[in-house]
Amino acid sequence: MSMTIHVDIVSAEEEIYSGLAEMVFAPGILGELGIAPRHAPLVSQLKAGEVRVKTDKEELDFFISGGILEVQPHLVTVLSDTAIRAADLDEAKALEAKKRAEEALADKASDIDYAKAQAELAEAAAQLNAISRLRKLR
Amino acid sequence: MAVGKEIKTKITSVKSTQKITRAMEMVAASKMRKTQERVLAARPYAKKMGQVIRHLAQANSEYKHPYLSERKNERVGVILISSDRGLCGGLNSNLFRKFVAQLKQWHEADTEIVMASIGSKGEGFLGRLGGNVVGSVTHLGETPALEDLIGIVKTMLDLYDEGKIDRFYIAHNDYVNTMTQKPQVVQVLPVYTEELEEQLTHHWDYIYEPDAKEVLDQLLTRYIESLVYQGVLENNACEQAARMVAMKSASDNAGELIDELQLVYNKARQASITQELSEIVAGAAAV
Repeated sequence: MSMTIHVDIVSAEEEIYSGLAEMVFAPGILGELGIAPRHAPLVSQLKAGEVRVKTDKEELDFFISGGILEVQPHLVTVLSDTAIRAADLDEAKALEAKKRAEEALADKASDIDYAKAQAELAEAAAQLNAISRLRKLR
Repeated sequence: MAVGKEIKTKITSVKSTQKITRAMEMVAASKMRKTQERVLAARPYAKKMGQVIRHLAQANSEYKHPYLSERKNERVGVILISSDRGLCGGLNSNLFRKFVAQLKQWHEADTEIVMASIGSKGEGFLGRLGGNVVGSVTHLGETPALEDLIGIVKTMLDLYDEGKIDRFYIAHNDYVNTMTQKPQVVQVLPVYTEELEEQLTHHWDYIYEPDAKEVLDQLLTRYIESLVYQGVLENNACEQAARMVAMKSASDNAGELIDELQLVYNKARQASITQELSEIVAGAAAV
């Protein structure tokens, strides 16, 4: 039997592939990487492209939009991104979240009003209590 | 028959309410299963990432990342994760109570607080609460995508990088089981590394491409994002479970109410028949 290496390909939203392979190819940021069993420990950023997993029977293709590759002598982990990432894109998203908060909270006070918050929560708690008491009475 | 017309209308209206609550209960039950699957599906990523970070902490890296080292705690950032919709029992208000208690603790320790929210309910609450709110995301739906969270997480990470916050927390409901959801406030940054530093048996390091700093930057950013994402998924599962339970008890209550009203209606009907009969009998006797 030929030598094999364990491969896990996961994204934040799901597990994509897990199994044994004879060879793994990944689109490293500095160029295509070919990983055979007993590769030296390596961590690399990945760019968008194809991860190819060569098993003893077939060759599987997975498209990823970037991510991180970790290599241990007997283990390859591909942490795939689910979204297309770029510094300026991320920045735009951050600004969007900020804008949304500003719009939603246009008339907010600058200090935290603990008394008001607690009064509000006490009211909610009282309502819940009242409901459960009513339920018991019946 | 004119008797008990109001009662009949009332029964019909309670019945239609019951239909709605029962439908919501069933919808929530099926959604709950899906949200739970999603929580499970997202776990391998966070687990794998935890492993890689642990490896990195063990490896003899010359670069110490700021996300991994503690600093003096003077300012905190916290993201409040809540549901978008109501009708889920005390889920959100329990979380808010825990959240406010934690805020108060920080306040008493003279810690500055920066807040952000995920979900409409949290947004509304922070709006009424006041204070420094730096970001908000709502309407993620039942299948939240990690993509939607990148912005808000980046806002917090930028504040951390600039030294404007020293710690970063998330507040969300933890899914224990269908009946129990536990509100909690957990620390995300700096990454908790106590258990990582035990077994330093051999010294070795990775080959980094392009270099240690950039890889670690990306890895830790993704890690934090996935933690927040997990929080959102957990909270989602909690929301559906809480809604299912709340709607179930609402349907049960409606059933009881209908039974009671039916009883009152029957009594009224019987009374009116009796009255009619006695009127006829009295009329016949008079002739």
